[in-house]
Amino acid sequence: MLIFEKSSAGRQAGGQAPVNQIETGDIPVSMLRQDKPTLPEVSELQAVRHYTQLSQKNFSIDTHLYPLGSCTMKYNPRACNSLAMLPGFLGRHPLSQNNVSQGYLSCLYELQEMLADVTGMRKISLAGMAGAQGEFAGMAMIRAYHQVRGDNNRTEVLVPDAAHGTNPATAIMCGMKVREISTNEEGDVDLEALRAMVGPQTAGLMLTNPSTLGVFERRIMEISKMVHAAGGLLYYDGANLNAILGKARPGDMGFDAIHLNLHKTFSTPHGGGGPGAAAVGVSERLVPYLPVPHAIQEGDRYRWADENDIPDTIGRLSAFGGNAGVLLRAYVYIRMLGREGMQRVAEFAALNANYLMKCMKDNGFDLAFDGRRATHEFIVTLKRQAKEYDATAMDYAKRLLDYGHHAPTMYFPLRVPECLLIEPTETEDKDTLDAFAEAMRLIDEEARTNVETLKMAPVSTPIRRVDDVKAARELDLVWKPVQVSQQVDNKVA
Amino acid sequence: MSEIPADLRYSKSHEWVRAEGDLVIVGITDHAQAALGDMVYVETPETGDRLKAEEACAVVESVKAASDIYSPTSGEIVDSNSNLVDNPELVNDDPYGDGWIFQMRTDNASALEELMDAEAYETFCEEE
Repeated sequence: MLIFEKSSAGRQAGGQAPVNQIETGDIPVSMLRQDKPTLPEVSELQAVRHYTQLSQKNFSIDTHLYPLGSCTMKYNPRACNSLAMLPGFLGRHPLSQNNVSQGYLSCLYELQEMLADVTGMRKISLAGMAGAQGEFAGMAMIRAYHQVRGDNNRTEVLVPDAAHGTNPATAIMCGMKVREISTNEEGDVDLEALRAMVGPQTAGLMLTNPSTLGVFERRIMEISKMVHAAGGLLYYDGANLNAILGKARPGDMGFDAIHLNLHKTFSTPHGGGGPGAAAVGVSERLVPYLPVPHAIQEGDRYRWADENDIPDTIGRLSAFGGNAGVLLRAYVYIRMLGREGMQRVAEFAALNANYLMKCMKDNGFDLAFDGRRATHEFIVTLKRQAKEYDATAMDYAKRLLDYGHHAPTMYFPLRVPECLLIEPTETEDKDTLDAFAEAMRLIDEEARTNVETLKMAPVSTPIRRVDDVKAARELDLVWKPVQVSQQVDNKVA
Repeated sequence: MSEIPADLRYSKSHEWVRAEGDLVIVGITDHAQAALGDMVYVETPETGDRLKAEEACAVVESVKAASDIYSPTSGEIVDSNSNLVDNPELVNDDPYGDGWIFQMRTDNASALEELMDAEAYETFCEEE
């Protein structure tokens, strides 16, 4: 039920209204709105109950295990929230002069330096406002590098078939042509296929390491040598950095541009589509193209670097200095962990994934890459169950909700049929992992004995099985007033 | 068991091909539509598009995934199934009939000989 449906004409809640009337007499009449905004008319308690009840219908990391592979749904420490919301941060106007923003600028500068250190990159910019923009910035810098050198025939970007769909999309948005490289049975990039594709037309290679198949790309040094020898550059998708944080660095692997998902590895909130932030890092050769604005240090003072400092920059990614609230949360998170703490993140993320993978295997599940160590996530394929019991990955996922666990990522990566991509993260304890493994064992039993239990699932959630086909075919997200007459009533007399 | 008509030829990327001289009709197989699940969107090629063999030329999007459809041979698009714009479910309901995706005039009909026949495709699906 929408809050608008609880509306009743004339009902008001004045308790939170501002005490002081704001003088608006200097706004030209032509710019004043003629209609009242269409807002729900409810009491304060109605509003509180409405949103509290909605929040109770949610699965969230604060209430349940959320092993959504590739998404790194780790706990967001409360300390990051409270420190990012210190009055000095909240009250700072985005247009404040550098001389009254030294504290804030020093946090951003240190965040840039710490991210550069842990990834082995030369410099970092935090200007991007979301992941898609960060990925775009990475490829745009690679394009700029070739263009400045007059190397205009480099129009091809190589992307492994296991990549996130955002990778080819980004390359195309940058005006490149995408060529897909196959991966072999063990989940590594097919080096022979790569060798046959690189050449004077290659602008670069986009790679996620560990890959979306939940395995580490073992021959990364050969790959980066091969691409560099052909004159191309390497882009690192930081989606799975959590598995190697503080242990192995993209910069040491030969990557030239990286994008980090702060909301994954560095624990900023996974909002409902936002707010996002993008950290991009570069090797020495891409430093001249780094996006602005970003923080720089001069002596013991900090200031924003802009187009005057970096004339060849690919440009300005945000009007101000990136998404302050998100960046500060990442800063506090790294400060709290320290160098050793970040290594523990990778160790426990990998340990949890490998422990759970072993439990699943012992319970009779088929692993997509059996014989390989998991990184921070792993893939189970339910191809056999789909064939023998007509129980699909979707059915298992839906039934998991009844057992009190959010479903893992389903049907991704595309090349593994009926797959679940499972990422427990480092913040889950052994009891929770055991409970998940046991739930999956019980569901497998149900699939064998009474598949209808799975087909009916979920039965314990506020909304039963969602009609995702109808939702995709008849997408309708914009609320419209139900009654025209009600709008007329709202006209200012 | 999915339906595999004996009079068609099949590609490794799960397109079916019905050839009449140099006119070629292409769709996706029953096996492919079942694996992909309910279609929510189909993007068809434009009439007049020139295609190379194995070139991605259409997209089928289901609730699970978006997949490219590849041209089985080289040639020019002469028609595409405009009904799929509003009724993508035709690909699920009738993959070999009303769910056809495009028609092309090929300049290399002999390339179609290399595609699988029904028997070979059945084995291919079982092994996959």
